Amino acid sequence: MTAPLSAIAPDLAARRAPALGGFNLTALKLEVRRLLRNRRTVIIAIVAPVVLFLLFGLNKAYVHQPAGPGAHGNISAFVMVSLAVYGAVVATTFAGAMVSIERAQGWSRQLRLTPLSPVAYIAMKIMTALVLGACSVAATFVVGALSDKPSMSTGLWIASGLSVWIGSLLFAAFGLFLGYLLPAENVMQLIGLILAALSFAGGLFIPVSQFAAGVRDVAKWTPMYGLNQLVHTPLLGNGVDWTWVVNVLAWLIIFSAGAAWRMRKDTARV
Amino acid sequence: MLLVAYRRQTESMTITTTDSGAGPASTHGPLAVDLAGIRKNFGHVQAVRGIDLQLRSGEIVAILGPNGAGKTSTIDIILGLSQPSSGTVSVLGMHPRQAISRGLISAVMQTGGLLKDLTVRETVEYTASLFAHSQPVQEVLSGAGITEVADRRVGKCSGGEQQRLRFALALLSNPELLVLDEPTTGMDVEGRRSFWSAIRKDAEQGRTVLFATHYLEEADAYADRIVLLRHGVMVADGTAAEIKAMAAGRTVRATLPGASEIMLTGLPGAEQVEIRGDTVLVHSNDSDATARYLLTQTAARDLEITARGIEEAFLALTGDETDAGTGALATGAQT
Repeated sequence: MTAPLSAIAPDLAARRAPALGGFNLTALKLEVRRLLRNRRTVIIAIVAPVVLFLLFGLNKAYVHQPAGPGAHGNISAFVMVSLAVYGAVVATTFAGAMVSIERAQGWSRQLRLTPLSPVAYIAMKIMTALVLGACSVAATFVVGALSDKPSMSTGLWIASGLSVWIGSLLFAAFGLFLGYLLPAENVMQLIGLILAALSFAGGLFIPVSQFAAGVRDVAKWTPMYGLNQLVHTPLLGNGVDWTWVVNVLAWLIIFSAGAAWRMRKDTARV
Repeated sequence: MLLVAYRRQTESMTITTTDSGAGPASTHGPLAVDLAGIRKNFGHVQAVRGIDLQLRSGEIVAILGPNGAGKTSTIDIILGLSQPSSGTVSVLGMHPRQAISRGLISAVMQTGGLLKDLTVRETVEYTASLFAHSQPVQEVLSGAGITEVADRRVGKCSGGEQQRLRFALALLSNPELLVLDEPTTGMDVEGRRSFWSAIRKDAEQGRTVLFATHYLEEADAYADRIVLLRHGVMVADGTAAEIKAMAAGRTVRATLPGASEIMLTGLPGAEQVEIRGDTVLVHSNDSDATARYLLTQTAARDLEITARGIEEAFLALTGDETDAGTGALATGAQT
């Protein structure tokens, strides 16, 4: 029963830490598979925007009209982009907020006993969120294309889709923040409500210009407003207002800082 | 009754004979665990109040203590999950986080730590993918006896299957140090036995095993060395036999009609005596001398020597009284 330390010592020297802090495609694949396995997430993030598009994006009464003065596409295309934003935002927020379930089940603690670095973990979470966001945008755009109602140039389809997808990164940070902030396992229901409120405030369903003056001033400061305005810019051809960019960047900083702060707290708590 | 009397005397014992541990330990290479002057405060609460602990490679060591003794805080520090308020910690000659990132430390926690919506195989694949080197997934699954439930969601697995999965995850990186926090909580007797036989077999290959438990028999039966914590300090460190001896000595029982208390108290090694009719009980810190004297110098017969159970030793050492006894036992018990 003598310990073969002579055998252990060279072994110790041979041991390495993994590259990239443990980031790898196997884990990423499993993260995505796990997210897509959650039926409620898939319904809310992918099916719901498609259904909403079928309800509001195909109405013959208005969808063929131009989306605005000087716009490069019709109202159907405008509605499709709005719903793609909604879907992508829900997808990335939900994906980010999965950390709350992982915390509740003790998985994050288990991961801290592996070489996975916090940065690699967050990178995987963000990429997982972006994969679900891409699925959501793609679903809405594919159904839009099949319906043959949205009309804009191929370049605009690509530009709008990409800006929606990249912009949804903001809400991956939001989801992570909420995931670290809220402890309960039913965090998802709460997030559904928060997102619905933010979508209305951000003008995804009704243009902010139709709000009462006081409400409008407040709405312009909410996190979905800037993003929603920016992603419609290619289609509307109305130029970028710098306050939209400030809105997106400010919220990105707030959400990222909040997530980092809560994550550090979470780590210290154990 | 005896126990209460002795508890007072054992209060003052703080024995940290770190080189007295038995077991298949080697003296070469870095220590598996080296804690020096570890303290951990949570606000005003002092969970750990100065622990020095050295574990050599290949030892199987139990940390034993009542709730709130500082077991989990100490383990968290060894695992790098929390930072000590003061003192130094090194695992295999490096910082715990470095040892973790090289796959040198693994831990099996009591509950949780698994994602319910992954399958057993996915959980193993996921964890394996995080290490620079890991054992083949299929091998680990079959080694832990969970091949037949590999495609089942973790949430649908029984408690025993989940625990085998945790054990499989802990062995994935072929760690040098395996830390188990109350590993057999909720297992039945048979499950516990097979779990420990797996651990022992595993440790024969030179793995160091540190486990926290409050099952005294478990520490007694499976650890080479027991570290007893109370109120955040080590109150004893030694083999199960040493702990039993240091806490309680032995009781010599004999039939001796007409014995007087004064005569018995004068026996070599005697510390506490009791007379029940013709039977005398002498609690002794040197049972050999007591017995020899009784058998050669008196009419005593039917002599019996019994050690106190580990349970009583544990109670004696971790009891909650804070007064300082004379420490008469400590001198006899220190090895």
